[in-house]
Amino acid sequence: MSRLGSLGHRLYAGEVSYDFVGRSKRWYIISAVIVLIAIAAVLIRGLNFGIEFRGGADFSLSNATCTVEQARDVAEEATGAQSIVTQTASGTVRVQTETLTPERSSEVAGLLAEACGIPKDEVRVQVVGPTWGQEISSKALQGLLIFILLVTIFLSIYFEWRMAIGALVALAHDLIITVGIYALVGLEVTPATVIGLLTILGYSLYDTVVVFDKVKENTRGVTGQSVLTYAEAANLAVNQTLVRSINTSVVALLPVVAIIIVGAGLLGAGTLLDLAVVLAIGMAAGTYSSIFIATPVLVDLKNRQPEIKALQARVLARRKAGRTEASPRGAGEGDDADGDDESTGDGTTSGSPSTRVPGGPRQQPRRQARSRRR
Amino acid sequence: MAPPTTSKPVRLLVALGVVIVGLAVWAFWPGTSSSVRLGLDLQGGTQVILKPTPISEGAEITDEQLSQTVSIIRQRVDGLGVAEAEVTTQGSGGGAVIVVSVPGVNQDRVVDLVQRTALLDFRPVWGISGAAPLTATPAPEPGATDAASPGASPSASPSASASAPASTAASAAASPEASGSGTPAPLVQAAENSPEFQEQLAALDCTDPLNFTGGRPDDPEKWLGTCDVTGTAKYNLEPAFIKGTNVTNANAVLPQGGMGWVVSLEFDSEGARALADASTKLTGLPECGTPGGNPCNAFAIVLDGVVTSAPRFNEPILGGQAQIEGDFTAQEARDLANVLKYGALPVTLEPVDVTTVSPTVGNDQLRAGIIAGLLGLLLVGVYLLLYYRMLGLVAVLSLVIAGGILYLAFVVLSKTIGLTLTLAGVAGAIVAIGITADSFIVYFERIRDEIRDGKSLRQACDSGWVRARRTLLAADFVSILAAAVLYFLSVGSVRGFAFVLGLTTLIDILVAFWFTHPLTVLIGRTAWMQRGSKMTGLDKSRLGVDHSAQSSGGRGRGRTRQSSKEVSA
Repeated sequence: MSRLGSLGHRLYAGEVSYDFVGRSKRWYIISAVIVLIAIAAVLIRGLNFGIEFRGGADFSLSNATCTVEQARDVAEEATGAQSIVTQTASGTVRVQTETLTPERSSEVAGLLAEACGIPKDEVRVQVVGPTWGQEISSKALQGLLIFILLVTIFLSIYFEWRMAIGALVALAHDLIITVGIYALVGLEVTPATVIGLLTILGYSLYDTVVVFDKVKENTRGVTGQSVLTYAEAANLAVNQTLVRSINTSVVALLPVVAIIIVGAGLLGAGTLLDLAVVLAIGMAAGTYSSIFIATPVLVDLKNRQPEIKALQARVLARRKAGRTEASPRGAGEGDDADGDDESTGDGTTSGSPSTRVPGGPRQQPRRQARSRRR
Repeated sequence: MAPPTTSKPVRLLVALGVVIVGLAVWAFWPGTSSSVRLGLDLQGGTQVILKPTPISEGAEITDEQLSQTVSIIRQRVDGLGVAEAEVTTQGSGGGAVIVVSVPGVNQDRVVDLVQRTALLDFRPVWGISGAAPLTATPAPEPGATDAASPGASPSASPSASASAPASTAASAAASPEASGSGTPAPLVQAAENSPEFQEQLAALDCTDPLNFTGGRPDDPEKWLGTCDVTGTAKYNLEPAFIKGTNVTNANAVLPQGGMGWVVSLEFDSEGARALADASTKLTGLPECGTPGGNPCNAFAIVLDGVVTSAPRFNEPILGGQAQIEGDFTAQEARDLANVLKYGALPVTLEPVDVTTVSPTVGNDQLRAGIIAGLLGLLLVGVYLLLYYRMLGLVAVLSLVIAGGILYLAFVVLSKTIGLTLTLAGVAGAIVAIGITADSFIVYFERIRDEIRDGKSLRQACDSGWVRARRTLLAADFVSILAAAVLYFLSVGSVRGFAFVLGLTTLIDILVAFWFTHPLTVLIGRTAWMQRGSKMTGLDKSRLGVDHSAQSSGGRGRGRTRQSSKEVSA
């Protein structure tokens, strides 16, 4: 634990630095391969949609005393069609048939209850019309598109459009991988899965926003100096938020793991478990992408800007001339005398000392005034 | 950036305390329900999602038709006598669905009940009596309202007018809420006006909400004994002479000449003929409610088995156009017009999703959700304590406070807007533990960064907050945006999940601003935290802070004392 703590310090100071941005090609290739596998899985194997999407009837008998075969015989005899019967570890027998009328489903529930030795009222019954699932999905898809549009506008205003693109690429990455794993493993897609995907959507963007906020802070006035390239400043930001990213992922995954443990142990398949599984996959992908995908994509986009290109040339030229200087950390912190409540923070112009990026008054005079306040 | 918000941490804590106490008082106010309403997947019951489709091809369902459908279904479901049954619409226009949730009732009955098309018919009134069974005899209200207008329709058209008793306006004697006891008596119907039929009718208790909330469509070919919709009168009705489908149009209008609001009615040719016959016959009969006035001059508008209104004829109506007068307000006239226009529901209701959950399974799910939530909270708490030590304790307290506020908010929202907590909502709350804890992590990491930059602890608590705050607001805004879009665009369980997600995000912001941050600042002012022992989670060796920072920390302590005096003064 304490090792992680001091790692945090060294990451922050830039003593230890993982080159997330510089090796972006490697991460892109890894992600591209995974994404391609995911897409191939969806195309070849397809998704296993639950009855909520296909339409059908679902009978869930907890503490059933019958075997899967008995239940299937009863169901197929009653409906005259094939039915899918599964049994979970906790002893719940689940029977899925094609769509039935409410009256028929009630009859079948009664027969199944009789065969499996439980009262009819204990049978959980769900009957879904075939068009209903499509309607849920199309509504969710509509919501997704509108949300993406709004969030793009928000990110473009709050950050810049390049960051919005970076965040959306990371988002697409997470969603595709999650859906791909569903196709690969053949997990059933239920409304809970859709909810989980939508949560990942929020979580992935949330995670990326935190990292980008640090990038934005570190690269403020970056063109006004010639010590760090944009890529390096961004990479430092990723490193500085690394401990937070790890902690956040652990903390976000712990409750999800708790659901999986409780869900698998106590309930068998159900809404909670479905949701937890999709979240576990998506959150892991979300953490990965906010570090390895979002920021590198942002840097690639930024590197096309003329002033960023110029900065890079300037920094490299300066390094070549052997004038790279490591300005001592913490310099000027001792004269931090006016720490009254009105102007908390140091009065020096080096907004964030670790980045060693002096403020750029010519480029961003207003920003300078703001960063002085901290 | 805004001026530092930390000058008055105590004030913020007090403010949060006031908010919590206020919520608690609201939540546990005596005489109101103080529990979280559970969705059917958690307490057991039947949920039916109905998709209305217009009967005629290509027609659109209007919002009026939809709300009329909902109110008819609601009346029927109330008639089941089950407390907390719910009928809501989700979406609008062509995509709208009606969600009926009835706790603890077998699905067959619910589906059957809600799916049935409501019948509207017009029946001649044979007699009117008081609402109570047998002996009680309050003056029958409907007969008393003939003051309306003898010559009220001087229009050249043969449209005659009928004066309506304002029974739609009459205040209900009992609340239409189901009492939860028993089931409604079977409909009093017979082929003839036999003594047995009259006996049954006499025994009918029209003060019992179960008997005047409808839901038992009548056979129009038979005699019907029923109540009016407010439970104030009892009717003996002859077989129907016009069916609801014969009504082609109905509107609330304010005629020139200002007799107040009236409802104008148009019938198709079959309806017009029947109306002409019936009105000719009925106008000659005595007033209803007068002694010996059986049969009498009134016709009842019967919707779904109960009498909505019972106007009398002023004159024979021969042209297929009628006008109902009475002391209507604009709203009452519109309501009656809607009943007449949509009473026979020009929509068919298709159950697209029927789910029955047994109470046992529902309880299991709730219990599993609670266990998972507590386990998740425990795991997160242990991790935060191990990693952040003292600050971790602040984070755990913040999570507990957030959880408490969430519970109170659920209770308050249950009683104000009828929020129900579903399994998807429970899942949303559990997932929110991690996202809420992240706010604290972002803040604490900022504090550590600031200390690494050489700030004193006290300064770090402030300046770290200013930076963390911005990040938090941006990130939480994205979450709220997601929640809002999902809530307004989705249907079914996704909606419940989105609501909880949005709610927890708002609580997250509240707790971070009014609890975590001020408490951290207060703790940061203590000498013990300033010394930076291992238990604070901010020890200098772990953070790698050098000497210059410590000296500035020393000065920071001096200032801290001063400002804590200011606060306590």
